[in-house]
Amino acid sequence: MRHLSAGTPFLPGQEKSVWLVEARVDFDVTEGPVSASLGLPDAHPPGFELFEEQAASPGYGFTVLGKGDNRRAEWTKREAEGQQSLYYSAQLVESDSDGASASIVVFPPKEYNNYWEDAQELAAQEVLGLAREKSSSPLSLTRELIKLLNSPSSQNAGLLRSDTLGQAELLIHFLHRADIPARYVMGLYLEDARRRQLLTPMVEIYTKQEWLLVNPKTGDVGVPPNLLLWHRGGVSVLDVSGGKNSRVHFSMIRQTVPAAQLAQVTKSDSVFSRLGVQRLPIEEQSMFKLLLLLPLGAAVVVFMRVIIGLKTSGTFMPVLIALAFLQTSLVEGLISFVLVVAAGLALRGYLSRLNLLLVSRIAALIVLVIFMISAFSIIGYQLGYSAGMTITFFPMIIIAWTIERMSILWEEDGPSEVMSQGGGSLLVAVIAYLLMQMPLFVHLTFNFPELNLVLLASILAMGQYTGYKLSELWRFRAMDDF
Amino acid sequence: MSKPWVSIRRLREFGMLGMNCRNVDFINRYNQRKYFPLVDNKLKTKLLAQEHAVPTPGLKFVVREQHEIRKIERQLADLDSFALKPAKGSGGKGILVVTGRQGDHFVRSSGALIEITDIRRHMSNILAGLYSLAGSADVAIVEDLIAFDDCFTGYSYEGVPDIRIIVFRGYPVMAMLRLATAASDGKANLHQGAVGVGLALDSGRCLKAVQFGRPIKLHPDTGRPLSDIRISGWREILLLASQCYDMTSLGYIGTDIVLDKFAGPQLLELNARPGLAIQITNGRGLLPRLRHIEHMAVNRRFRAEQRVEYSMRQFAQDQSPAQNVDAR
Repeated sequence: MRHLSAGTPFLPGQEKSVWLVEARVDFDVTEGPVSASLGLPDAHPPGFELFEEQAASPGYGFTVLGKGDNRRAEWTKREAEGQQSLYYSAQLVESDSDGASASIVVFPPKEYNNYWEDAQELAAQEVLGLAREKSSSPLSLTRELIKLLNSPSSQNAGLLRSDTLGQAELLIHFLHRADIPARYVMGLYLEDARRRQLLTPMVEIYTKQEWLLVNPKTGDVGVPPNLLLWHRGGVSVLDVSGGKNSRVHFSMIRQTVPAAQLAQVTKSDSVFSRLGVQRLPIEEQSMFKLLLLLPLGAAVVVFMRVIIGLKTSGTFMPVLIALAFLQTSLVEGLISFVLVVAAGLALRGYLSRLNLLLVSRIAALIVLVIFMISAFSIIGYQLGYSAGMTITFFPMIIIAWTIERMSILWEEDGPSEVMSQGGGSLLVAVIAYLLMQMPLFVHLTFNFPELNLVLLASILAMGQYTGYKLSELWRFRAMDDF
Repeated sequence: MSKPWVSIRRLREFGMLGMNCRNVDFINRYNQRKYFPLVDNKLKTKLLAQEHAVPTPGLKFVVREQHEIRKIERQLADLDSFALKPAKGSGGKGILVVTGRQGDHFVRSSGALIEITDIRRHMSNILAGLYSLAGSADVAIVEDLIAFDDCFTGYSYEGVPDIRIIVFRGYPVMAMLRLATAASDGKANLHQGAVGVGLALDSGRCLKAVQFGRPIKLHPDTGRPLSDIRISGWREILLLASQCYDMTSLGYIGTDIVLDKFAGPQLLELNARPGLAIQITNGRGLLPRLRHIEHMAVNRRFRAEQRVEYSMRQFAQDQSPAQNVDAR
């Protein structure tokens, strides 16, 4: 859901291409005040998604007027002289939406004034007649017309073509004559790193409740993937008053942008992004990035304890250690953790001789652990290992309790039990760490927090598991001898 | 030497109860949380047992506050031998056994001499919660030492042998004898190296003996053949175990019983989460028996005597495992 409507990508590192299209309007000023108006693409042209636009034109007032297909950029200036260049740039993302039917405003067919001469009129009627004979629908009629107009052998077509009208306009004349709603569309073929591109005239016909794009040269129907429908309004693309020699041309480049970043910019008003963590300030976000990884660690602990049957010291101590590893990196974290716990065990041996009450013994241990950690950091720093500093990420109180518990375990059950529980905890911590540092999981849990419900479901399912633990296959191994 | 693991299929054949199944299907279902303190606190268990006329080792005194420890000498003055225990200890942790005196010193069960200050420190540790679950504050119990029965001579190293009986809804379902060894440091915990001896439910004689998860024939320290073991007064012991159900209302418990030379069977402690190793010592799983009791139309008016009678008949060990599977 979040993927579909907010465009958040499923995989990390996915990239999408963004087209940076720049329109440059040039004209010579004849007399001020000057105003220039350029037709703009709709916010959702078929196959694309407009997500940023800006204009750069020194000294000009700039506004965007209208909506949908009628959007126009307007530059105004009281006084200007000489050649003027105005820039409008838009950033467009390739998208899967066809946009065609959604954004269409239905235009009633317009009556075009017929200014053909008699001979041309005659030729036109003949062509139209021929095309009508061979067609059954507005679309096939359009195709036939294009075919006839393109055929080099046809005299009638030649007569009409020599006229000042372009191919597209000619086609629209015919279509209107045949009572088919049609309009003039300017498209822009996007090719990477092109400059001085011009708009390509295209024709849209209205049939079966939607506008269909037809290429007047080839008769191809539908929007080609690299064609951006720049202007669909029907009015002229560029109007300049107070100037002459006006022209517009385009340059474009293609960029790839991380899809996750893009999703934030383009779809920031969807429900999912409102409920997403990305809405929080950056500082809180990084905290949530860790927090949302915790369920994964918890699930690993449940799995290791319930299904595998590994012993850990302290139920969720391994998850906290794994979180600390995320900050320190694995090897350094492991070394410093083992160092601190080993040194703590040695100090605890001294504390036990002081005959202290439990609470004060643990409090004393916390103080000593903090001293040890500072000492490790300082010594490490002096020796040039910045890794020593990362030790501070370990949760002190957890470490103090771990030391206390390990020490009691040592006294009562011997060092082998300490090794088995300590090793089990570290193993679980390392596995949890390896999962939690995988970019895929970081990405999924952060961008799709609801996926943690899946983890919750699996934890609940494991909570009902009444089968054997893997370790019990070993524990009950003597049963094979009976 | 056989392979280091056993197939799931074989475990099923034996009806072995796994940890997960025990927790979900038996402890969660039959042991109500509110009754747990009765067994997690040995003092409460003891008082409850006295109320129900269930024999337990005599309670000498209880140390509840730190300041009481100072005047402990006076209270210990007329005790030659005693056991000092944390009320909330688990797995035999924190138990100090004094068997006699030598001048100012106390003699531990291991033969080591300790001073009164060592006892004070041990008490202080107990009160601080060192041995209790989750480190909560605790009290120290001083009770009579068991004079253990002659029938165990040569079977135990230092510690007191105890009999663990699993009682499900008042019916004894499985029993074993735990013998301390040098490897277990005088403790009767199987995972520390004590010997577990499976006991036939109808007669109290030895079925199999296991140490460290492997079958053995002789006691590792004394060399006595374990298969000769036969507990006398077996019915009385089962009766004691069965009564613990009426006393605690817990459906699934492990009862730890010791035999005193003079006073007969005594309830040492109860466990609401009894371990699973008893199955290995018996060479069969608990599950068929538990399911049998579970599916039985339980007549609540059955008294302990009738339940013991039923168990002794129903779970007589001469059934083969295969028949047990059918009972499911």
